[in-house]
Amino acid sequence: MPTTYLEAIREGLWEEMERDPDVFLIGEDIGVYGGAFKVTAGFIEHFGERRVVDTPISESGIVGAAIGAGLMGLRPVAEMQFADFITCGFDQIVNFAAKCRYRWNAPVPMVVRAPSGGGIHGGPFHSQNPEMWFVKVPGLKVICPSTAYDAKGLIKSAVRDNDPVIFFEHKALYRRIKEELPAGEFTVPIGKARIARAGRDLSIITYGAMVWVALEAADALAAEGIDVEVVDLRTLLPLDRDTVCESAKKTAKVLLLHEDTRTAGMAGELAITITESVFEHLDAPIVRVTAPDTPVPFSPPLEEAFLPNAAKVIEKARWLHRY
Amino acid sequence: MSTISTTSAQERLGLAESVPQAELARRFLYYMSLMRETEDRIERKLYRQGKVLGGVYVGRGQEAIPVGSALHSLPEDVLLPSHRDMAAYFIRGIPLGRVFAQYMGRIGGLTNGRDGNMHMGDMRAGLVSIISALAATVPVAAGVALALKYRSSNGIAFNYFGDGSTSRGDWHEGVNMATVLKLPVVFICNNNQYAYSTPLSGQMACANVADRGPAYGMPAEIVDGNDVFAVYEATARAVAHARSGLGPYMLECKTFRMTGHSAHDAAEYVPAALFEEWAKRDPILRLEQKMIEYGWSDRATIDALHGQVLAEVDAAVAWADAQPFPDPATLFGNVYDGE
Repeated sequence: MPTTYLEAIREGLWEEMERDPDVFLIGEDIGVYGGAFKVTAGFIEHFGERRVVDTPISESGIVGAAIGAGLMGLRPVAEMQFADFITCGFDQIVNFAAKCRYRWNAPVPMVVRAPSGGGIHGGPFHSQNPEMWFVKVPGLKVICPSTAYDAKGLIKSAVRDNDPVIFFEHKALYRRIKEELPAGEFTVPIGKARIARAGRDLSIITYGAMVWVALEAADALAAEGIDVEVVDLRTLLPLDRDTVCESAKKTAKVLLLHEDTRTAGMAGELAITITESVFEHLDAPIVRVTAPDTPVPFSPPLEEAFLPNAAKVIEKARWLHRY
Repeated sequence: MSTISTTSAQERLGLAESVPQAELARRFLYYMSLMRETEDRIERKLYRQGKVLGGVYVGRGQEAIPVGSALHSLPEDVLLPSHRDMAAYFIRGIPLGRVFAQYMGRIGGLTNGRDGNMHMGDMRAGLVSIISALAATVPVAAGVALALKYRSSNGIAFNYFGDGSTSRGDWHEGVNMATVLKLPVVFICNNNQYAYSTPLSGQMACANVADRGPAYGMPAEIVDGNDVFAVYEATARAVAHARSGLGPYMLECKTFRMTGHSAHDAAEYVPAALFEEWAKRDPILRLEQKMIEYGWSDRATIDALHGQVLAEVDAAVAWADAQPFPDPATLFGNVYDGE
């Protein structure tokens, strides 16, 4: 039976908790209620209150407590109810967790799970993509899986990682995508991109829910004879520069795509990374399709206009192909 | 690089009930004097000589608080000191030379030059590095205590902060979480009445930090922070409470910051009369008077102890000054595991 993206994260967490008694969950409404999105439904019944800790509403408290427990050698997985609320724990993550190893040789194994992204009519407080706030911070790892397989394999790797990891789960993917997963144990390495679709004519480099937009666009473009390669970054920090640059070198034309807003988005970093390494192999300027520089609006026509979609990608890809 | 001798740390920890008052007083005086002389050397000599750069924050006049409290800590306990609690590092067995090397940005300091001054820690000694914005340590202390409880350890967390910290949101989040989850934490407020230039009246509208305890369902008491015996006795109550699984306990140690916020701050905003008044309540002078009054010691013995401390400081400074600065190549590495 196919496994949804949400179920994949749930399975990954469950397996890691079965495997390692030091892994525990902490967050708001995650125990008795099972989490706002029900990712942890059934955990407290199986693992008990000791390992599934319901807390007061306090994102700074949750992240700070996870750091304290991580310093003590436990492996906490903290849940932000929505990625948007991670701002309240920002100081703990950025000023403390990210710097402990470098400053005083104290590892902070910790995962902060953050349901992010638009397309669910969540409005400005429940739809943001805050990954770039963390990609700027040395010492953190930032993961944005797009498939059920990667979601499971990467949450397991994140739990086992010895550094603080921010794990962005795209809410619009939770129940929308599913696939058959291998029966046995598997993990996906942090820091490795994957080729979601191989192609020769141009590369779309993206991550998260936009991988599906890119694949939809690629199918449509294939009918026009444009052979698109789709690179799924999977991890934003550390960035898999080799896979990005290899793809750019191979197709010589690059379209960068993200759901995050435009200015200082991941596209900027990717563009300079490609330019620094394989500029002489490019046949066209690097282009980008992103959300505009506005808050994420609520009303369906506004949100639709805000989010990148296949039509916007196809239009830009045609231009790039003709260049 | 030298490592921490856990044997010596253990020897210094866990004072038994049977320790005679005279011996207890001697230990108090040793650590309070060591903190005073160390910080005087840093602030009044090495900083002025340019051998210590950056910010220098001392706990002059507040020595009774870390000494009277941290001497209750057991090896399995974890301390989260503030920047006014230097003695906690000594009590946990951090070698003095490494502290000077830390301040001087040298290899051999606790962070090998990657951070300065009191921003240091070592989990092997049960010391969590200070977070510069101190209130942020409160949720971390809750997490440390959660881990101790998770592992059914006898250990507890000692969380130090100042009066100013109690104005911040994460202080309240951390205290609330610790009380709701009944975590083994002793919260210790060094109420030195100034947060940088802001007096207590500009920091909070209630009279005492301890007044906040009941709002969280947490016992809290006000302690004379310049009386090391008072701090020691109050900490015994707090530790017994936390260790027995009853949840957190807060001590508000009233004291006074006998300096500016840092070495560059002349503290002209503090009325001179306050400094004069609090100088009379100096915790080291009070302890010495008590030791002599009770016949536990005499002037010559006390002077000899101060002499011993000065010799230790001299030797530690000499050691630290002989350590190299970090190689610029060490800028990289250990940002992530395995680097």
